[in-house]
Amino acid sequence: MARLVVLGGGVSGHTAATFAAKWLGSAHEVVVVTPNSKWNWIPSNIWVGVGQMTAAEVTFDLAPVYAKAGITYKQAKAVSLNPEGNESSDKPFVTIEFTGADNAGQTENLEYDYVINATGPKLNFGATEGLGEGTNLGEHTVSVCTADHAVHASHELEKCIEKMKAGERQKFLIGTGHGMCTCQGAAFEYIFNIEHELKKAGVRDMADMKWISNESFLGDFGVGGLHMKSMGFAVSSKIFAESLFTERDVDWIIGAHVNKVESGKVHYELLDGTMDEEEFDFSMLIPPFAGVGIKAYGKDGSDITDTIFAPNGFLKVDANYGAGAYENWKASDWPETYQNPTYENMFACGIAFAPPHPISKPMKSPNGTPIGPTPPRTGMPSGIMGKVVAQSICDRILKGADAPLHRASMADMGAACVASAGKGLFNGTAAAMTIYPVVPDFERFPGTGRDTEYTFGEIGLAGHWIKHILHHLFMYKAKLNPGWTLIPE
Amino acid sequence: MAEKEHGKHGEQNIKAYGNNFTTMTPGPFAKWMRTCLIFQAIRFLVINIKMLVVVGKSH
Repeated sequence: MARLVVLGGGVSGHTAATFAAKWLGSAHEVVVVTPNSKWNWIPSNIWVGVGQMTAAEVTFDLAPVYAKAGITYKQAKAVSLNPEGNESSDKPFVTIEFTGADNAGQTENLEYDYVINATGPKLNFGATEGLGEGTNLGEHTVSVCTADHAVHASHELEKCIEKMKAGERQKFLIGTGHGMCTCQGAAFEYIFNIEHELKKAGVRDMADMKWISNESFLGDFGVGGLHMKSMGFAVSSKIFAESLFTERDVDWIIGAHVNKVESGKVHYELLDGTMDEEEFDFSMLIPPFAGVGIKAYGKDGSDITDTIFAPNGFLKVDANYGAGAYENWKASDWPETYQNPTYENMFACGIAFAPPHPISKPMKSPNGTPIGPTPPRTGMPSGIMGKVVAQSICDRILKGADAPLHRASMADMGAACVASAGKGLFNGTAAAMTIYPVVPDFERFPGTGRDTEYTFGEIGLAGHWIKHILHHLFMYKAKLNPGWTLIPE
Repeated sequence: MAEKEHGKHGEQNIKAYGNNFTTMTPGPFAKWMRTCLIFQAIRFLVINIKMLVVVGKSH
């Protein structure tokens, strides 16, 4: 019997574990190690953050779902990896620390034949002074990164709406809380959902809304922007985004590294090196991401963390980490199998894999501060990676250690993204976008780097309906309800 | 009142030589199409097909 250990139960880890359990059957064991007791459909946290959904509607308990799937579930966090075992055993193992109420703090060495690192990110609030401490959100801003954060955000928003109804003008500042953030799309969706809610509450004229982001241009979204087919043109996402911001009367600050947050005020540095500050009454700033901080040890107990993990804490895979300057970047730098180059039985997927470099052109201020989006690896690509890694491992377990690995590069993978603005079936709208491929390939698609037949975006009710359907479809799929394998990632 | 202050179709929100002076804004017809049920039902089918093709190309 082989044992596959999956670290993390988010979109990527959950996808990998559930497919592996289905394909391997009861002859082998799949173990999921995740510190959370609930699964969260994170894209819908946006609706929780404006009070249009409850936390219960975007989460469910993992234990019964894993019991149904025959997956061993351990509510714990991974602390360290010993890929060569230790002095008393050659068997690789991961040390985990339990987080459940009944056994918190207890540890276990969990042996594995294959391991998938799908831990997702550490929400690194502590990287910006005042944004938070370590992984804990601070007191000055709100977040929609978790369902609990989003509930808190909705309560704070409600207070602001009450103040506006009482005649007190409010300033909203939404965006990224550091120069090296990703997930601009979540903040983008949140600001337009707030704008929609303020209109609904009849207080939009009492609100000043501003976007602050590390993107060098509006509409970069961490993918270097995109050109989408619209009205016969290949239109830049810069035009698309600027148009939407203007239409909704939302001002913007871009190329900004937020370096300090105080009560009601952020301090930031711009790409031109100037320092400035912006006041707010309500602010949601996405924190930067980092690896969760798993250590790695050799057989003799020596620290080999640097061998397995990149400096940012994400796990090294089959990417080209030596591409160098932006001018040398190629689509082929991006990983295809997500296998660790040192240990063949170790894989990473979703946010947990170390990307070779950003997708957006890297930029620095004259003071040397890097300001630019890091690459997104969430949602659809994350699920596809999880499935592909599960396929590879299942083949190696069932067909032999030489079975070829399955491949899914982000440079040959598309993504569908729907950013809602409101929730009502007839009054909400959404920006529906597809992008193919996620990482631009300027050799295959000279000029824009992408296939403009399949890279498009438009605003309307249709996208909004799709957003609703996706919410219910992915919650249904993640619960492993009948037919779940037919729903694509 | 709020609608008027924030620009019915967005043009009034453009600030001369400000951040958004060089962008485009939708007119009344473009905005109406976004919530026109018949048009959006068609777009719903088209977007779904396009998304399914992208999903298919990615697997």
